[in-house]
Amino acid sequence: MGNGLVVEVKDLTKTYGDIKAVDGISFKVKKGEIFGLLGPNGAGKTTTLECIEGLRKPDEGTFMLMGLNPDHRNLRNMIGIQLQVSGLPGTMRTGEAMNFICTYHGVGPRNDLLGRFGLKEKKNTQYQFLSTGLQRKLALALAIAHKPPILILDEPTAGLDVGSRVEFHTIIKELQDSGTTIILATHDMAEAEKMSSRVAILLNGKIVATGTPREITATGKGFTRISVQVKGSSLLNMTGKFLKVIKSSKRDGYEVYFSSDAGTTVSAIIKYISENNDELIDLRVERPSLEERFLEITSKGDH
Amino acid sequence: MKAFKNHFAFEFKTGIRDKNLLLLNYLFPLGFYVLISVLMVNINPVFIETLIPAMILISILASTLLGLPEPYVKMREAGIFRSYKVNGVPASSIVIIPPLTIILHMVVVSVIIVLTASIFFGAPLPLNWINFILVFILTLFASTGLGVLIGVASSNTRATVLWSQLFFLPSMMIGGFFIPAQMLPLVIKKISLLLPVTHSFNLFKYFSYQQYLGYDPLWSILILFAGGIIAFGLAIFLFNWDSKNNTRRGHPALAFLVLIPYIIGAIFLP
Repeated sequence: MGNGLVVEVKDLTKTYGDIKAVDGISFKVKKGEIFGLLGPNGAGKTTTLECIEGLRKPDEGTFMLMGLNPDHRNLRNMIGIQLQVSGLPGTMRTGEAMNFICTYHGVGPRNDLLGRFGLKEKKNTQYQFLSTGLQRKLALALAIAHKPPILILDEPTAGLDVGSRVEFHTIIKELQDSGTTIILATHDMAEAEKMSSRVAILLNGKIVATGTPREITATGKGFTRISVQVKGSSLLNMTGKFLKVIKSSKRDGYEVYFSSDAGTTVSAIIKYISENNDELIDLRVERPSLEERFLEITSKGDH
Repeated sequence: MKAFKNHFAFEFKTGIRDKNLLLLNYLFPLGFYVLISVLMVNINPVFIETLIPAMILISILASTLLGLPEPYVKMREAGIFRSYKVNGVPASSIVIIPPLTIILHMVVVSVIIVLTASIFFGAPLPLNWINFILVFILTLFASTGLGVLIGVASSNTRATVLWSQLFFLPSMMIGGFFIPAQMLPLVIKKISLLLPVTHSFNLFKYFSYQQYLGYDPLWSILILFAGGIIAFGLAIFLFNWDSKNNTRRGHPALAFLVLIPYIIGAIFLP
């Protein structure tokens, strides 16, 4: 597999009865990328991943992982998988789970990971007595225990508290820095925007948008939000009068302008404040988020 | 091999850690053994002659038919087999390791029964230990196979309970422990030959206690052996990793094929 490609999916199709869950999708993931798969419920994210993971057999299409076809016997040791719905036997202790999975991958137990994920003190705790957050952490620890070059994560932060989520993102970034290629299916747009090198948005089993988060948001009809707070009242009568401003409003003491060209508008605002001898207190520029673009695509069928 | 050992060790410990399995592997069989021994010695003194094989068979029934199948369904429904699959755990290990651990639990229970039955209740020990052990192994082979097959073929835990009880209750009632086979009406006697435990009990009586059987014991050996082979073969063939994934190699109704050797026995044996 040349050009640094690690995952190549071509024309993948999976049907359940009359429903086409995945409809001929294709994508490529390069080494060291975090590739985000986004989409509403039923878009086909999990089915796509389950086909790649070998849990479901696709009706049509081909895919290669590390240059190997999905039936290759060595593939299991090359991919780490955290499933959306999975589990371990309730009576299995945390340390036993690490031993169990590692021996099936042919590696020694990674007790260092238990420490890294805050599970060292729970080494003798049975899986059924771990909190949801700790169960998710254990699942991730087990997925990366054999140092796989490809990691597939399906809704990995669902059910995690804020602290655990941040910790989890740090670990994912570390894995990416060490060269691991990651496919991440998530509902959390902020997570996808923050973590992903590239994303693909799935809708009704088809990829309707693909690119970096910045590329995806740039192609939308959303406007950049510019929030300005000044000491005086120079902006009081300037509603909608700056260049490229489509609409404006007031919020929490800020004048808020929605611009189709942030650079032009910001320059015009600063110039105006200066010319009117007013003083700028705060200025914030917020690009349209991936979430806004996602909602635009999925609700308006922009594809 | 290390993975297999690790898996075996975990499953064995689960048989004790899990309260349900602890009950069915140890507490119920041993409690029932003590209760029945105390009662039956006074009610029916003849019962004591086959107390040891009867109690061992009841232990095997509880463990293999009531204890073994349900975890398969629960683990499948909980997505545990999916986790196993993506981590390279082979289906053959999932099908074979729990029955192997059951064998070990049953060895422990049987040793307790053999050691205490003679001392406390005056039960006669087997006359031929080698035959006794061989019949014990053959019985476990057929019974664990049936238990695994019920677990693999059942779509949910309710179905598991239904199928398990369908074998367990008749085995207890007409398996020959409490009512001798010769006292049963012909139809009931024929039905009893559909149960693995009837053949096992007959073999125990013939080989270890040298009691008259009325037919060539080779038949029962072949029936149990074939029953075990078919059960494990079907269990591996029908094994499904995922309760949400309906693509499986064969219809669960194929599990009924396990009855073929027992049906042949019921037709041809007296």
